[in-house]
Amino acid sequence: MNITVEKQGELLMAQVQQDRIDAACAIQFKDRMRQISLEGQGRVVLDLSQVAFIDSSGLGAVVAVRKALGAERPLELVGLTPTVQKVFRLTRMDSIFTIHDRWDDGLRDAV
Amino acid sequence: MTVGMTVCAMLCNCKVPMADVEGMALCLVIAAQPDAVSLALQRVMRAPELAGLNADGRGTAELVLAEVLNNVVEHAYACYPGEIELRLIVAPACLHCRIIDSGLPMPEERLPPGGPPDLGGDLPEGGFGWGLIRALTTGLEYRRLAGRNHLQFSLPV
Repeated sequence: MNITVEKQGELLMAQVQQDRIDAACAIQFKDRMRQISLEGQGRVVLDLSQVAFIDSSGLGAVVAVRKALGAERPLELVGLTPTVQKVFRLTRMDSIFTIHDRWDDGLRDAV
Repeated sequence: MTVGMTVCAMLCNCKVPMADVEGMALCLVIAAQPDAVSLALQRVMRAPELAGLNADGRGTAELVLAEVLNNVVEHAYACYPGEIELRLIVAPACLHCRIIDSGLPMPEERLPPGGPPDLGGDLPEGGFGWGLIRALTTGLEYRRLAGRNHLQFSLPV
């Protein structure tokens, strides 16, 4: 699973570099995110702007990553494309995650 | 239905798409495995028959088909391998879908319930599928016929 990671101070910015997170790759997604989360101690922001499609297995994997990070490091999301947004809305997961429309450096130091 | 039959014959060996609705038909037989389902879906979404769908309808169609096909892989074929037959009829503003498999029947041979998940307490990592399917489809029907599961529904596109 191709997910790039960039350190911005304490913050880890992970960007999914493929256009879908589905049942065929949900486990690889979780494994790669687990690796990435070990690269720092701070917030983790997941950039989904390249992801055009997610199914409920992919959503479950994102939830699992959030739970694995624990309450001290809430997973934030940025750049949800329309179909991904629809999945979060219909499952009400949009009320659970902090979701940013887009990322800019001003958010880097935000609490 | 002539056009539909021609397209159907090119893509798979199923004989009759759906007798009761008119439109361009697209049929596919998919191995019941996650990778095969993912690739088949990507192929279906690129098919010329679906070129007329708007972006929203396309996203909805891919999502619902993914949920339905993944359910078949995970539950119907939990104990043995098999194939899934996907039949689509593209009608104006509507995509009619029928999914047939030879896997295990649904529990009590009925559609499972499915509403929005309970997000109180420990967050669920699954159980979203039927809620999504029910929220996005119309005319959802399930039948067990001659040892096969038949699921059909329509999608506004």
